[in-house]
Amino acid sequence: MFEGEHMAGTTDKQLIIDGKRTDGRTIDEIRPLRIEVGVISSADGSALVEWGGNKVLCGVYGPRECIPKHEASPYGALIKCRYSMSPFASLSEHGRSGPNRRSLEISKVIREVFENLIIAENFPKTQINIFIDVLQADGGTRVASITAASAALASAGIPMRDVVSAIATGKVDGQMVVDLGKDEDNFGQSDMPIALSHRKKDILLLQMDGLLTKEEILKALDMAEKSCEKVHEVQVAAVRKIYESAALSEQKISL
Amino acid sequence: MADTFKEMIMHGIRRDVLLNLLKKGLRFDNRKFDELRPAELKKGVLDTAEGSALARLGRSQVLAAVKFDISVPYPDKPNEGTIVTGAEFLPTASPTFEPGPPDENAIELARVIDRGIRSAEIVDTKSLFIEEGKALSCYIDLYILDHGGNLIDTAGLAAMGALMDTKVPKVENGKIVRNEHIRSLNPKSKVIASSFAKTGDYWLVDPSLEEEVAADTSITITTTETHVCSMQKRHGSLTKSDLMDCIDLAFKKGDELRRLL
Repeated sequence: MFEGEHMAGTTDKQLIIDGKRTDGRTIDEIRPLRIEVGVISSADGSALVEWGGNKVLCGVYGPRECIPKHEASPYGALIKCRYSMSPFASLSEHGRSGPNRRSLEISKVIREVFENLIIAENFPKTQINIFIDVLQADGGTRVASITAASAALASAGIPMRDVVSAIATGKVDGQMVVDLGKDEDNFGQSDMPIALSHRKKDILLLQMDGLLTKEEILKALDMAEKSCEKVHEVQVAAVRKIYESAALSEQKISL
Repeated sequence: MADTFKEMIMHGIRRDVLLNLLKKGLRFDNRKFDELRPAELKKGVLDTAEGSALARLGRSQVLAAVKFDISVPYPDKPNEGTIVTGAEFLPTASPTFEPGPPDENAIELARVIDRGIRSAEIVDTKSLFIEEGKALSCYIDLYILDHGGNLIDTAGLAAMGALMDTKVPKVENGKIVRNEHIRSLNPKSKVIASSFAKTGDYWLVDPSLEEEVAADTSITITTTETHVCSMQKRHGSLTKSDLMDCIDLAFKKGDELRRLL
């Protein structure tokens, strides 16, 4: 429901058979995740996340002069976020580019994740821009976006209190699962994207639709915590890589 | 106003620095005057689009994606499908790009590429016709991912790469069957854009961002293997003999990039 416009639970297709999901994963297994940092030479920080079929690019700029100037705050940097889905990101028809209601909402919740983390008071009267482009969507683009943005901000050297990892959880065929794919997202009974800070395990993003019991939500949070740990490892390895290579590696995107 | 003034001074300084270097026969990145930056093309990088390619020319990176939808043919060509080319200068790609609808640079880029593709008739629009009032429209999206100068040539390479990668979807009962294809698009020629910038008396092939902002004149010439298929002079002026030289170079440099396709 979050990713597509479909209503939850409208397929007869069985999505979990003998504990295996349609792509062969178990319920607590995440799809292959690849993160590469420093892929946009023009940006202060950048990351490419390939997660399942998702391809998400994030570029970070700033702290830089706040424009328009009247928005500038003497108390700290303004965090601005723009999540945007390309018109060719899905298998269905050519979409419309530019902001829509869905992308504006996602931009807002992602911004609110990073407002908790970035030490904005160090940079009064400036802005920090987080630009996210979904080049290909396969369920869970907002959590892939947060994962990308966290790595991009870290690589930009922007001071943060903590880093964040995110994962989609949900209910499919009556079972709680992590990292829902597109079909599970569209036809599952519930989904619940979660973002957790690494050290304090604060919940920085939580959305949910469908019907879940309290126990199910708790289960999902436990599963999310374990999955976020795996995501975090990949993020750290990606950021570390740019510091480990002696020469500044060539900055390019490889899809 | 203050910003414009500052920009004018900066332009003068950049131009002086570049010109001093050119007089010594050098460029910022040690290239020869007629040398392209390292170019790279990877086709088929997306699963959701019917065709795609990621092109790189030096620091510039552009993603092109081709998608098909069903639409109503234009009244003047009722038996033909349509081509729609659009460019997005993503704010992700440069500190100078702002979010918002395409500006004049993005529109110009898309239209120059579009004209090249149309003029060379590399997409057979008649074959995209389905039935009266119905045809396939071919969307070519050019996503600028990193701005290191000469975006038109990078985007042109990406667009051509994506078209070569494109498969035409199956149409059943007037609807597209997604993920089922009947044939490759098979473009009949390879269109390549070649841009040139002039500073002082010096012409440079494939200007980088630093060279582009200091240029007096810039021009793009799009070629197939045999013909020039579109031209666009942007700022500045040039002579007839300048133009002839540029056209010769456009074929020569075009062939170098065509080898990547």
